[in-house]
Amino acid sequence: MKIELRNNKDFWAGIMLIGIGAASIFFARGYPFGTTIRMGPGYFPSMLGGILVLFGIYVVVMGLRRGEKIQSHCSLRALIVLPLSVVAFGVLMNHAGFIPALAVLVFGSASAGREFKFVEVLLLTVILTGLSVAVFISGLGLPYPLIKGF
Amino acid sequence: MELFNHLIFGFSVALSLQNLLYCLIGVLVGTLIGVLPGIGPMATIAMLLPLTFNVPAVPAMIMLAGIYYGAMYGGSTTSILVNLPGETAAVVTCIDGYQMARQGRAGAALAIAAIGSFFAGTVCTLLIALFGPPLAEFALKFSSAEYFSLMLMGLVAAAVLAHGDMAKSLAMVVVGLLLGIVGADVNSGVKRFSFGFYELADGIGVVTIAVGVFAVGEIISNLSDPEERRVFTSKVTNLFPTKEDLKRSFGPIVRGTGVGAFFGVLPGTTPAIASFSSYMVEKKLAKEPSRFGHGAIEGVAGPESANNADAQCKFIPMLTLGIPASGTMALMLGALMIYGIAPGPQVMTEKPDLFWGLIASMWIGNVMLVVLNLPLIGMWVSLLKVPYRLLFPAIMVFSAIGIYSVNNSSFDIYLMAIFGILGIVWRMLDCSPVPMMLGFVLGPMVEENLRRALQVSRGDLSVFVTRPISLGFIVATVLILIVMAAPTVRKRWGAAAAG
Repeated sequence: MKIELRNNKDFWAGIMLIGIGAASIFFARGYPFGTTIRMGPGYFPSMLGGILVLFGIYVVVMGLRRGEKIQSHCSLRALIVLPLSVVAFGVLMNHAGFIPALAVLVFGSASAGREFKFVEVLLLTVILTGLSVAVFISGLGLPYPLIKGF
Repeated sequence: MELFNHLIFGFSVALSLQNLLYCLIGVLVGTLIGVLPGIGPMATIAMLLPLTFNVPAVPAMIMLAGIYYGAMYGGSTTSILVNLPGETAAVVTCIDGYQMARQGRAGAALAIAAIGSFFAGTVCTLLIALFGPPLAEFALKFSSAEYFSLMLMGLVAAAVLAHGDMAKSLAMVVVGLLLGIVGADVNSGVKRFSFGFYELADGIGVVTIAVGVFAVGEIISNLSDPEERRVFTSKVTNLFPTKEDLKRSFGPIVRGTGVGAFFGVLPGTTPAIASFSSYMVEKKLAKEPSRFGHGAIEGVAGPESANNADAQCKFIPMLTLGIPASGTMALMLGALMIYGIAPGPQVMTEKPDLFWGLIASMWIGNVMLVVLNLPLIGMWVSLLKVPYRLLFPAIMVFSAIGIYSVNNSSFDIYLMAIFGILGIVWRMLDCSPVPMMLGFVLGPMVEENLRRALQVSRGDLSVFVTRPISLGFIVATVLILIVMAAPTVRKRWGAAAAG
């Protein structure tokens, strides 16, 4: 009998938990462990990491026994485009200023959706950017330059 | 009489112009996001939290609380009028509320929902005022062993009572605890899991995680589902319920409040569980259960009172013990810490204006919701016509600016993107992010109390079971685990929690 793993929900959940647990044990090895009476900074994370690995193994076993599939699907477009526009916002805030950062964020986010109407999104970008400048910069007085000189 | 002095003091705080204004903003924003599906109180509070940093703690907390219970009102409005629950808690209200609307009795349903919520809100305000002080006084005697056991109980209960797989929820608590201890260790100064980023020395911001997982993650998830929003608006003609309606609703409102208050203080239960339980109670008690599902007003009155009671009673463990009973409460606790207020039983004595002002403001907020919302219903419903594709970029803008403004740093923005991706991955793997949030907020406190308890007991683990109060919490934790692990209970609870 061949067990389908690619889509096995609990198998991957368990692997993720084991991964996080193992990573925290690994990195916590660099911190003094201490004793139970005087716990060092490595004690608690190592303990949690161990617990997490145990949970992970249990969840993997459950996954293999139940074989439940991942139900909800995820739009690859949204998964890539949305975080990317967020990152672009961060980069542009440092190097280009508030207005370009926001414009890219709004335009980028909007294009993560299924429906994309160019004129509508352009209008939305202009309106949201304008509103944000009015609310956050003029209204709340956040100290960000609107556009940075090159 | 002490109770009345406390309440009068609370009202004197809450009735200041500034606090009234923030309360009003809170309940309006709350209703708005309660009406709009696709954005919940959790994401909203996280998004708006950074913008309140230059506001004093009391008005800020009043506003955040207003968002929370305001959302409960808003959620019921759309359930009744357009069969669209704005919040999960309002799913049950759809059953009979929408049927009433189709029979032309939307006004009566809305009015009963508002009256029920108001009654529940009033009772819960009194409950907090009544039980808060003794509970806090009791908790003041706790040493670190009791605190550790109490937090353990809170976290375990929250994980196993929540909807979803028990083992995975418990594991997510542990993930949260690990995320919570990122940054400099208070005792040794060792920077843990900071990987050389100085931005991580102070730990990960509670707002960054919450916005990432609950706003960005939620949006990705919403964009992945096909849009199924259809708006059909029934006209609201007569707002006044008949005498018959009021007579039928009285019992359900009282019982619903009781059910909601009970579930409210339990960690991990959501308002959805409270409203579903109340619905089942009313259906069991009804003389003609067949009316349920066909526009029985009891099916609106009970659940609506229950979810509001639950939402407000969640403040009891948060304010008196410093234990968050839900994801939103974890965020409120995080907000308190950002304002430099250490959560716990001492809040009541050290910050009486915050404690009593917040409680009084909840009652005032409930009055505002009843008075304001009924006339504004038309406006809320018309907002539903705003398509999601225009809404979510606005949410992104608010989130990004909010997160950036916390430390004026792009690093937090990158973290927000990472947690957005984690949010959707966790959702797909059915690993609930809410227990993670509770663990995250309590992480440093759990470690500190464990450390201190074992230091005092000279490393003897039995300290947690030899001290009677601590033993009580441990026994309760084990009982909850055993009961909830029983397959039949699990099944039934799962059905209820899923609504």
